[in-house]
Amino acid sequence: MSKKTLTIALMDPPYESENVTTAFRILDVAARRGYHINVFAYEGACALAFVRQTPHPNPVHGKDVAEENHPTTKDQVAALLAEAEKNGGKVDWVNCGMCVDERGVNEFVPGTRRGSPADFHAFVEASDNVLVIPTK
Amino acid sequence: MAEYLLIESRDPFESNDVGYYYDLAKELVEGGNLVTLFLAQNGVLSARPSAHSAALSALARGGVTVLADNFSLQERGIAKLAEGVAAAPIDVVVDHLAAGHKTLWH
Amino acid sequence: MAKKTLNIVESAYRAVMEEQDDTILWLLAAMQGAGAEHTVVLRGNAVNYAVAGQGVPGLTVGEWMQTQAPKMDRDVLDLIEKRKIPVYVVTEDLADRGIERGELVPGVQLLSQTALPGLFAEYSLVAHW
Repeated sequence: MSKKTLTIALMDPPYESENVTTAFRILDVAARRGYHINVFAYEGACALAFVRQTPHPNPVHGKDVAEENHPTTKDQVAALLAEAEKNGGKVDWVNCGMCVDERGVNEFVPGTRRGSPADFHAFVEASDNVLVIPTK
Repeated sequence: MAEYLLIESRDPFESNDVGYYYDLAKELVEGGNLVTLFLAQNGVLSARPSAHSAALSALARGGVTVLADNFSLQERGIAKLAEGVAAAPIDVVVDHLAAGHKTLWH
Repeated sequence: MAKKTLNIVESAYRAVMEEQDDTILWLLAAMQGAGAEHTVVLRGNAVNYAVAGQGVPGLTVGEWMQTQAPKMDRDVLDLIEKRKIPVYVVTEDLADRGIERGELVPGVQLLSQTALPGLFAEYSLVAHW
């Protein structure tokens, strides 16, 4: 299968929309295929890679932290980067800088970086295709 | 002739804008293009046979390939699909993207 | 030459007071500044962005006061005049919302819903926001 470069723009923050779940499913497929993947994490999505997320217990279901094993999107981002690399692809995950600043989420999963709309433009120009997943 | 993937994440029970997107799929086919409508998330709720699934069956008869995301169907316990709708894995989205087909998300 | 992108914008007034911009129109303007080639189609509730004379003074919370409240009609004009981004509004969506054409800011172009699919072939990319 030939190597492709895909760009995906995300807008939804963690834990608020099924868009994020579907986005990671799409990204996972692309990573397993060894594609090069550009992610422009805009608005709330800039928090997906925030490294200070911590899991929590679930007192309603009587589960402690370990038992609940609550997902954190930062772990999903890290896993995505690792999967792509394992298959010969690369992920360039850009967190929109101003979005990061206003949300105070300026610590990222290693391998992701701060960027700007100019990066999204560069991604669009360099990609075989682009998918924008808008927020509602 | 071009090929398009239209991803519909919304359902007609909560959103009255889904009709616009179904119409877009129909009009693109009528314009001579190949179109796949991929229902995802709550978008698969209209794939269960109901008063609202008739619109999807009509699209399928009109030449739109109507698919429903496996994962979303299973998550919602939808086993029976309306006529003209087929279950499909999310890989279909990546297939279309990799093939360079214009891909829109609603 | 940059890839021509058709941007169908329907999300409206989602966070414009907090951000003091519509974040999609802002993003497209920023990308245009970086060399992109964008066209905007306002549809659904976003057609209301083209209505002239809109805007509020700004949010106040206790002693805190917003000083730079957004004006979406001004931002649409800026896209057209400063960024040279063509902006279309879907006529059926105007009519549905009781918006007369004379209420719109100058420079906005009218587009029938039925003509939208035919535009797609003219662009390398089509994004739905």
